[in-house]
Amino acid sequence: MSLFDVFNVSGSAMNAETIRLNTTASNLANAESVNGDATKVYRARHPVFQAVMNSQMGLDDAADASSGVRVMGVVESTTPPVQTYEPNNPLADKDGYVYSSNVNSIEEMANMISANRSFATDVEAINTARDLLLKVISMGH
Amino acid sequence: MFDNIFGIHEQALMVQGQRMGVLAGNLANADTPGYKARDIDFAAVLSQSQGDGALPLAATDSAHIILSGTDPASADVKYRNPYQASLDGNTVEMPVEQAAFSETNVRYQASLNFINGRISELTLAINGS
Repeated sequence: MSLFDVFNVSGSAMNAETIRLNTTASNLANAESVNGDATKVYRARHPVFQAVMNSQMGLDDAADASSGVRVMGVVESTTPPVQTYEPNNPLADKDGYVYSSNVNSIEEMANMISANRSFATDVEAINTARDLLLKVISMGH
Repeated sequence: MFDNIFGIHEQALMVQGQRMGVLAGNLANADTPGYKARDIDFAAVLSQSQGDGALPLAATDSAHIILSGTDPASADVKYRNPYQASLDGNTVEMPVEQAAFSETNVRYQASLNFINGRISELTLAINGS
């Protein structure tokens, strides 16, 4: 366990936050997509984070003092899609209904801000560790 | 004469570096459900590594388990008591962690400065000018 672990730990977190930002971008892009079949319409996706101990990351740390992050999987929201009556829509089913995705744009925007903040914090941690290690290298000069 | 020229700062650097890794882990897991924030009690670890704490038990058999704490390289990591735990079981509180991180940063640099000062003192003594 040393300062060098900061790079691995914060790096894994940056990777996880990037995946979170990607799903948010995908959700926002598909917020307005519709389909005539309720089972085929786009559903909001969210990553599930999990702490991963250093020994699992291949670092020789028996104490497991610090832990990085990994994305365990991406789950689809189970909120039912919104049903609207649009008989003129070419995608409408035989009753004239279309189903729009269950993406909550406000929730996604909040998610995006949170991911942005977390990413910035991780970058800051890496910069701090780098500055300190550079000072250690130049010790005595 | 030269076995302890840097005094406490040699161990302090090690423990602060370790603490920084633990705090980086907390910052990294700020959005992980169920993650429990951890920290190192710097004063406790340092006093143990200085031998000020209780006398350690001697390990006279290979089956004896040596408690951590006497060795600064494997300091005790304890769970943090959150001011207000979140619903998903995560106990990382960003402002607390960021404050602790920058405090560790300053303390690390302070120890480095002391060591650097000691080195220049000794260089001055050696060179005599």
